[in-house]
Amino acid sequence: MARELWKGNDAFAEAAVRAGLQAYFGYPITPQTEALEYMSSRMPELGRVFLQAESELGAINMVYGAACAGARVMTSTSSPGTSLMMEGLSYIAATEIPIVLVDVVRGGPGLGNIAPSQGDYNQIVHGGGHGDYHPIVLAPASVQESVDIVYGMFDLVEKYNAIGIVMTDGSIGQMMEPAEMPPMLETRMDFPDWAVTGGSGEDKTVLTSIYLQPEDMEKTNYRLMRRWQEIERNEVRFKEYFMDDAEIAIIGYGSAGRVALSAVRAARAEGKKVGLLRPVSLSPFPKAVIYDVAKQVDHILVVEMNSGMMLNDVILATREQANIEFYGRMGGIMPFPDEIYREIDRIYKNNPSSDVHPRDLWLDRMESIVA
Amino acid sequence: MATLDIKDMEVVYEHPVSLVDDNTHYCPGCTHGVAHRLVAEVIDEMGIIDKTIGVASVGCSVFAYNYFDFDFVEAPHGRAPAMATGVKRVRPDRFVFTYQGDGDMLSIGAGEIVAAAGRGEKITVIFLNNANFGMTGGQMAPTTLPGMKTTSSPHGRDVEQAGFPIRACELLATEEGASYIVRRSLHDAKNIRKAKKAIRLAFETQARGLGFSMVELLSTCPTNWHMTPIESSIWLEKNMVAYYPLGDYKVHQTIQDLKV
Repeated sequence: MARELWKGNDAFAEAAVRAGLQAYFGYPITPQTEALEYMSSRMPELGRVFLQAESELGAINMVYGAACAGARVMTSTSSPGTSLMMEGLSYIAATEIPIVLVDVVRGGPGLGNIAPSQGDYNQIVHGGGHGDYHPIVLAPASVQESVDIVYGMFDLVEKYNAIGIVMTDGSIGQMMEPAEMPPMLETRMDFPDWAVTGGSGEDKTVLTSIYLQPEDMEKTNYRLMRRWQEIERNEVRFKEYFMDDAEIAIIGYGSAGRVALSAVRAARAEGKKVGLLRPVSLSPFPKAVIYDVAKQVDHILVVEMNSGMMLNDVILATREQANIEFYGRMGGIMPFPDEIYREIDRIYKNNPSSDVHPRDLWLDRMESIVA
Repeated sequence: MATLDIKDMEVVYEHPVSLVDDNTHYCPGCTHGVAHRLVAEVIDEMGIIDKTIGVASVGCSVFAYNYFDFDFVEAPHGRAPAMATGVKRVRPDRFVFTYQGDGDMLSIGAGEIVAAAGRGEKITVIFLNNANFGMTGGQMAPTTLPGMKTTSSPHGRDVEQAGFPIRACELLATEEGASYIVRRSLHDAKNIRKAKKAIRLAFETQARGLGFSMVELLSTCPTNWHMTPIESSIWLEKNMVAYYPLGDYKVHQTIQDLKV
């Protein structure tokens, strides 16, 4: 199939349709709404289920019900909606059923704004819902990557009976880029044997998240964590750019990683040995490769569109093998390549080393930018 | 003296197939057991045990799936109508019902129930109203009567401070999507028989794809009301029926014409 010009939100919706999506439930929220609108015409056209829910609480619980009935199902939303869905995600995790959520992240906290942000990292990656669970979180950096990740996410979550979250942002959702759509898969005709389908007596199936005896709950926790170890072993994804001889490594995901790549190219044009590691799987987190990077380079510059949420995970993963710096923009602001280039230049010239937390140093540097 | 030969006797009353033959965790005198049995009898009589998916809620009936002998899911607090919507939309050929209490459905789940009824969601809701949060130990619910003492309205519900009880049937009957909205009571045998017929008609509404159906069942909670089961039934008849009048609030013409 030829490459066509696709808007990010439409593109991931069509990718889900082509992956054999059977039901979509959602609620309007900017900058995600085009996906809901796209599904409202596309799904019925194919004889599949579309329903606009009364709220994100309604949407995630409709997804929960449809997933319990064995359907390939998804929802999409943006940050305040994701906050509301956290309740449902925790229940879904405990029930051990597969669902897919696309979060088109916007500026926060609060109502915030509708501009692109990565401020949902903590609530998504570190499981904003209650209890012990980990969702699979993948972060695309382009419309094409959104398509590929959403298309593959359904098989992934069904393999592990897990929650899959695609963490994109307002810029990837709203921008138009050439993308190639994958082939249309048939929707599945059978239902998984764990699903509720209508059965009684020995064929009775109960799907629940309640384990009143702590020992039973702990068994479930243990099973979930063992499965998570397997996911950590098998499903780590990342992209490396100019890393072979790098002395400074930028680590950034999604749009921030994409902007950082422009800065890396500019620095390389001047002979500066800078590379980029772009985590695609934020959860499971590419800990081992980051440790290796830390051993290779002198400095790591973490770039995010938040106050340094992944930064904490990077610091843990590097085990003090390199000096770590941070640069972030918050509140729905995307950094320009020039800003990141200046950070590279600063590190190159000053060869910094400090015991002060990189976030504190960054906040001091931000004073003149924000004021 | 003539001996009684059981073999010659006609069986007129059996344990429903749709109900597990087991003890429940419900308190003595609680009407959950009666409501469970009525739902099970209706499912047996309609022959839909292998086509039914129940949605349990949060409250005393959280373990309803331990007693009904068919497929069940367990919803987050108040979200049963949304979860049932998800099940029903992908399995429209199945009977899907929620079993909810008043705290679950009218307090935390008020949004979900109003939306589901408005959409005309083809599900059935069995709504037990016992005027308090039973599972957590008898706190005030949206349905707690004015002046009624609970653990969180120790001097009696003060309507100036806590507002007035919500009447579910009257509220939901205003919605176009609702096709069968009735209130019954479980305080005596005559009313229990009426309740069963209503549950049957609610499932018949769903069978015909006519839209949303709900049966409200006024129920007792002897433990949290601090009464004996008999006192509870008398109190229910005297006080709850006065505030929550029994009757049909909305019945689709097709169901009005139906003979079961």
